[in-house]
Amino acid sequence: MKAAVLVFPGSNREGDVAQAIELVTGRKPQMVWHGDGDFEKTDLIVVPGGFSYGDYLRCGAMAAQSPVMAEVKKRAAEGVPVLAICNGFQIVTEAGLLPGVLMRNEQLKFVCGDVHLKVETSQSLFTNRYQAGQVIKVPVAHAEGNYFADDDTLKRLEDRGQVAFRYCAPDGTVDGSGNPNGSIRNIAGIFNETKTVMGLMPHPENAIEPMFGGCDGKALFEGLVEALS
Amino acid sequence: MKARVHVTLKNGVLDPQGKAIGHSLNRLGFAEVGDVRQGKFIELELAETDKTKAKARLDEMCRKLLANTVIENYSIELVG
Repeated sequence: MKAAVLVFPGSNREGDVAQAIELVTGRKPQMVWHGDGDFEKTDLIVVPGGFSYGDYLRCGAMAAQSPVMAEVKKRAAEGVPVLAICNGFQIVTEAGLLPGVLMRNEQLKFVCGDVHLKVETSQSLFTNRYQAGQVIKVPVAHAEGNYFADDDTLKRLEDRGQVAFRYCAPDGTVDGSGNPNGSIRNIAGIFNETKTVMGLMPHPENAIEPMFGGCDGKALFEGLVEALS
Repeated sequence: MKARVHVTLKNGVLDPQGKAIGHSLNRLGFAEVGDVRQGKFIELELAETDKTKAKARLDEMCRKLLANTVIENYSIELVG
């Protein structure tokens, strides 16, 4: 599996996700600067976390208009899988690749720590190594992760099985106790209609080594390798 | 020509910052303050003299970048 990781001014998790990809594929991904309108064809594009353009105007708003994103939109339309994490999720919603928006956390605080996620489906490139209903533990680190979409959009997401992960309690109960940011319906990650684009606020790339609190994120990358190699 | 753009959250969209500002004002003794909504104010200098054209361009700017119309409304004001 060949992967590209985008780099914007202010990205800061591109190294972490590159490391996760190298761990499961044995090869370094291609790092692509935001000003590059063209880059080598890859099997996967990753939009990493960070604070692109200093979160000016709105998180992800400026990055969504960068030359590299115009190319990503084109490739996503052709079916190239896109994994968008944290700020990457904000960027792809601003770019229109995924519906909805990530607003300021309900309690106005930056949240940093482990959360539990309920895997909603195993029927995707990104989640095929998990079981539907499985609870995984991965970290979050964000101030704007409060997912919001209007009722029609939510209904469409639910009806078409486009919710990938929901925040939950350690026992899998989806309620307010496990929701770190006020996201509507506890939504932590979603797919596009074809399930080739996934955005999520938590950081699976930071849950790949037992030394750092768990490996529950590793299966996401292993699943991608299996599906895309 | 100068333009002023106001971007505000749509009604019904939770505005935790506005809420926090309201609470602080209440705590400072401004008991008359009820609901507070926070927004953005953007001032732009335009190389354009035709007001209709300027407005149409600003509308496009708002939809493409300045506002996220999923959660925000915008209003445009032309000055001078």
